[in-house]
Amino acid sequence: MTLNRRQFIGTSAAMAAVLSAPMVKAQGTPRVVVVGGGAGGATAARYLAKDSKGAIDVTLIEPTRKYYTCFFSNLYLGGFKEIEDIGHTYGGLAAGGVNVVHDWAIGVDRDAKTVALAGGGSVPYDKLILSPGIDFVEGAVEGWGLSAQNAMPHAYKAGSQSELLKAQLAAMPEGGVFAMVAPPNPFRCPPGPYERVSMVAHFLKQNNPTAKIIVADPKPKFSKMGLFQEGWANHYEGMVDWIGEDFGGGNVSVDPGGMTVTIDGEETKVDVCNVIPAMKAGRIAELAGVTDGNWAPVNAADMSTKADADIYVLGDASSQGDMPKSGFSANSQAKVCANAVRGALTGSKVFPAKFSNTCWSLIAPNDGVKVGATYEATPEKIAKVDGFISKTGESADLRKATYEESEGWYTGITTDMLG
Amino acid sequence: MRLTKILPVLALSLFCTGAAADDFGDPVAGEAVFKKCKSCHMVGEGAKHRIGPHLNGIFGRQAGTHENFRYSKALVRAGTGGLEWHADTLDAFLEKPRALASGTRMSFSGLRKPEDRLNLIAYLRAFSDDPANIPEADPTATPTDHDLDPAILSLKGDPEYGEYLSSECTTCHQADGADDGIPSIVLWPEEDFVVAMHAYKNKKRAHPVMQMMAGRLNAEEIAALAAYFAALEQ
Repeated sequence: MTLNRRQFIGTSAAMAAVLSAPMVKAQGTPRVVVVGGGAGGATAARYLAKDSKGAIDVTLIEPTRKYYTCFFSNLYLGGFKEIEDIGHTYGGLAAGGVNVVHDWAIGVDRDAKTVALAGGGSVPYDKLILSPGIDFVEGAVEGWGLSAQNAMPHAYKAGSQSELLKAQLAAMPEGGVFAMVAPPNPFRCPPGPYERVSMVAHFLKQNNPTAKIIVADPKPKFSKMGLFQEGWANHYEGMVDWIGEDFGGGNVSVDPGGMTVTIDGEETKVDVCNVIPAMKAGRIAELAGVTDGNWAPVNAADMSTKADADIYVLGDASSQGDMPKSGFSANSQAKVCANAVRGALTGSKVFPAKFSNTCWSLIAPNDGVKVGATYEATPEKIAKVDGFISKTGESADLRKATYEESEGWYTGITTDMLG
Repeated sequence: MRLTKILPVLALSLFCTGAAADDFGDPVAGEAVFKKCKSCHMVGEGAKHRIGPHLNGIFGRQAGTHENFRYSKALVRAGTGGLEWHADTLDAFLEKPRALASGTRMSFSGLRKPEDRLNLIAYLRAFSDDPANIPEADPTATPTDHDLDPAILSLKGDPEYGEYLSSECTTCHQADGADDGIPSIVLWPEEDFVVAMHAYKNKKRAHPVMQMMAGRLNAEEIAALAAYFAALEQ
């Protein structure tokens, strides 16, 4: 097994143990620790517990007791979902044999192979799967910091921030201004900011039709751009002002105290400001020493990190190649990773990696669009094989069917992740 | 408990009798409507269970009771709770299957037009002994028209590989067969599964996600998935 050879090479301290192989079995039930209970981590934990049937000890470390999905949180802003529709507990995972620990992972000792917890103590692992999602790059937007996130929410980790942004949206004065500072690539959920603009526009059209939306964007183009722009023109004519890189959208500062946004030198007073800063891997990936720059480079075949063959990184935090940072991608990567990890620890059959992704976005009621692709593992990266995207000018029936399909997918993936 | 089981059926029959009791609809028009059903159901001489049960003799039958067909728990429960197939209950079920049995695996959103339901029910009556006084009709055509290579259909899939591959399906299609906007794919006869997947692969069925997913699966992989999903425990 290549993995055994890599363990052999990578961990000199454990050399004696490897020589007296089979190492992990000699030490009892192998242990996998998963950090982060989102689309990547929850899926990996569930599949490992389900498929190993007790042959692997699976521990999930996740600080929150209730998980609010980032996907569909824009639909909550638009009034299509209630906040509780996107909230999920971890009871299904616990019942499925995963040891769910609600705590923060604050450090990884790669020699001792333990994860330190904020609540004290540490958890040993044979294989460690990190799926920590994103954190924000400090100083990415001038004037904005975490202390300003109440005045100017990011709402890019769903839950209280989503509720805050929705409350601010509802309290906007008649004819007010909603501003968004969009993030640079790469970032979580490429169509997310633009679906959010659509959902905010829908809410305002119903409740505050003379209000305006300004988007300052450091990019010259964005995911599903043609589809969104067509939708904005059809449904929200004159309401959305998207300022891209060519018009200084990347030259932005904010003043959370005075509630102003300055775009390319021009200051605007705004009523709500949604700042989505540049992103990086969740901090535990950096603390584990497996990041290079903002993200953690991984091997496409099994999602193991380039830095440590016993540490895997899934989803948004990983740098893997062509897949977008999405919940669907993380779920897909988690299954490949779980299969490989189980094979390495128990000798079960390891099948070749196959990845896929589809992102649905809602533009207006019953106006859904989607983009998707399949991927394979190459020695260099996860590489795109084939893809599709919704077309402009599609019939209303097709767009409605696409939206209904997205609702089916939501139930499907949350069941697949959490049991 | 008893009331909750009986009430929906009662309410449906009260609501629907007026519509369907003494008007039999047009069985010829109903045959055209039945095209929507044919990819899953057979009716007429030689009809067998496919993705859905055959529909011969459906009138008067308790729901979910063909011995050699694996129904959703929801439909079995409905049958145990007293649901029988008559013009009124069929009318309600066909209008919105999941409204009558929320966990049914019948992935069909329903027939919105009352005349479509009426005509379809008239057509189905032709294949039931009861009630009598039924217009004669020809047996239906074969349920799944395809020109798939028999060698592909005869491939025996590896369920273990199918289980691994299935994890890619269950991101959208629920493993317990529930349908919340994306169709159920569990417990299909293997042949139907293979035919459907190759139809996507060959772009004869139109759905971009499925064309993409099926497009990169080879015949062995499709057979493996068919074997796995056909044998899933509920």
